[in-house]
Amino acid sequence: MKLNELTIKEAKGGLKSKKFSSVELTKACLEQIKKHNKDLNAFITVTEKEALDSARKADDLASQDQVLEAKSLLGIPIALKDLFSTKGIKTTAASNVLKDYIPQYDAAVVKKIKDAGAIIIGKTNCDAWAHGSSGENSDFGPTKNPWDKEYVPGGSSSGSAVSVASDMCIASTGTDTGGSIRLPASFNNVVGLKPTYGRVSRYGIIAMASSLDSIGHFTKTVEDSALFFNVTAGQDKMDATTLPNPVEDFTKDLNKGIKGLKIGIPKEFVTSDLDNEAKEKFEETVKTFANLGAEIIEISLPYTEYGIAAYYIIQPSEVSSNLARYDGIRYGNDRSYFGDEAKRRIMLGTFTLSSGYYDAYYKKAMAVRTLIIKDFNDAFQKVDALISPVCPTLPWKLGEKINDPIKMYMSDVLTVTANLAGIPGLSLPIGFIDGLPVGMQILGPQLSEVKLFQIGYAYEQATQWRKQKPAL
Amino acid sequence: MKINVPHVAKLANLTLKPEEEKKFEKQLSDILTYVDKLKEVDTKNVETTSQVTGLENVMREDEPTPSLTQDEALSNVKNQHNGLFKVKAILTE
Repeated sequence: MKLNELTIKEAKGGLKSKKFSSVELTKACLEQIKKHNKDLNAFITVTEKEALDSARKADDLASQDQVLEAKSLLGIPIALKDLFSTKGIKTTAASNVLKDYIPQYDAAVVKKIKDAGAIIIGKTNCDAWAHGSSGENSDFGPTKNPWDKEYVPGGSSSGSAVSVASDMCIASTGTDTGGSIRLPASFNNVVGLKPTYGRVSRYGIIAMASSLDSIGHFTKTVEDSALFFNVTAGQDKMDATTLPNPVEDFTKDLNKGIKGLKIGIPKEFVTSDLDNEAKEKFEETVKTFANLGAEIIEISLPYTEYGIAAYYIIQPSEVSSNLARYDGIRYGNDRSYFGDEAKRRIMLGTFTLSSGYYDAYYKKAMAVRTLIIKDFNDAFQKVDALISPVCPTLPWKLGEKINDPIKMYMSDVLTVTANLAGIPGLSLPIGFIDGLPVGMQILGPQLSEVKLFQIGYAYEQATQWRKQKPAL
Repeated sequence: MKINVPHVAKLANLTLKPEEEKKFEKQLSDILTYVDKLKEVDTKNVETTSQVTGLENVMREDEPTPSLTQDEALSNVKNQHNGLFKVKAILTE
């Protein structure tokens, strides 16, 4: 096996036993980027020099066992979505507005990842400002799906998902405001975590919709996702919405199995709108859960059908407010550099917040949000977690939905409600249809990540879809 | 629902070309027609949700901490004058 194909767990083991160095591991990832980034367009910036410098430092530190224990990502190459501010490294949000912006500080999560010893290998492509479900809204060109380059990789964290799926790094970070981690994870056969709202600091992450933005990551396995979350989760005084609850060891229940757990299937998520083959694949998955000893219970979330409508009022409203700061005076270019999707969302949000329309749109959507939260609260009285498909369709071809915003927005129909409710979701592979990956999401109540990892791990061990790799 | 795109663009400080105005008017009107679906929902007596953490009045110690130097603060600026951000005049005589 090539070094760049390793998981965090495996790479840590190899570094500890001195089978290879961090410099070798980092070079293997850089080599893979050089070979395939031209085709896949997963990275906007590759920080080769900085990465190799950090890797050399990590190798020096790794000679001391206590440092290796304390720094849980020591020497591991990580890619960051280009929405994460990195001191001294260009951070574009994949928009021409910020195409030459160099932050003066690191995002709180970036600092945590660096403090844990990780090697920052580069900044990944995404839909500009994280606006999109396909990865095509980037001002730096679309990212391609490594399983078939004519297909979209899913967005908005397109490059982050692709960089992990194609072994250009060991893990990567993303943001999920309406499905932007879970959807690309499912289109790429990788694991994606959207944490509970407020569990990970948003400080220094370029804001999309502040009441919905969740900061998460992509990994090759469920265990890696838990290990990574051990680094990023926690309260931050620079983000007043971070939760004060103590951070647990997220790997603690991985081996518990799911015997006797109650798993809900939301019937409104598995309807005739779902692609037939995707539906069959999901039904097979439900059977696997039953075989593993879970009790399967049908659940109703009646307000699901209003999720997209509520989301496409609340989210653009917050977008219009967050993007108001980009005037080109202190940094970046002026507002004429915004792309079409950003303009649409800014105008939509400006309209729904404007005098005379606020009550009919924004306030109404905030009330529907309450009902969607109640749906989930009622469901979690009956079950430990819910499982559902991530996207109603398989990956689609590049260009297919780009001129039809509503069609594109409907791709998020199964993911946005988790953001409206602030609950966590773990997206993981459930197989392939015609060579393209399919995923599911496991949703639980707020702060139930330990349980999501427990459930995800049991399924992953029983199926091992992750071991299949794209032919690049 | 029809939307007055030039007006909204002005509020949002966006400059649009005439052909853009036409395209966005159609797209935004379609989206607003779709979200009108929410009118079906009875939300009388339903409280609104603006945040999901339940946290209130989050405070921190009011202590000075290191911040950006003047040079750092100006490091990304395109127009500066004597170490200050240069902006267009907003008042005239």
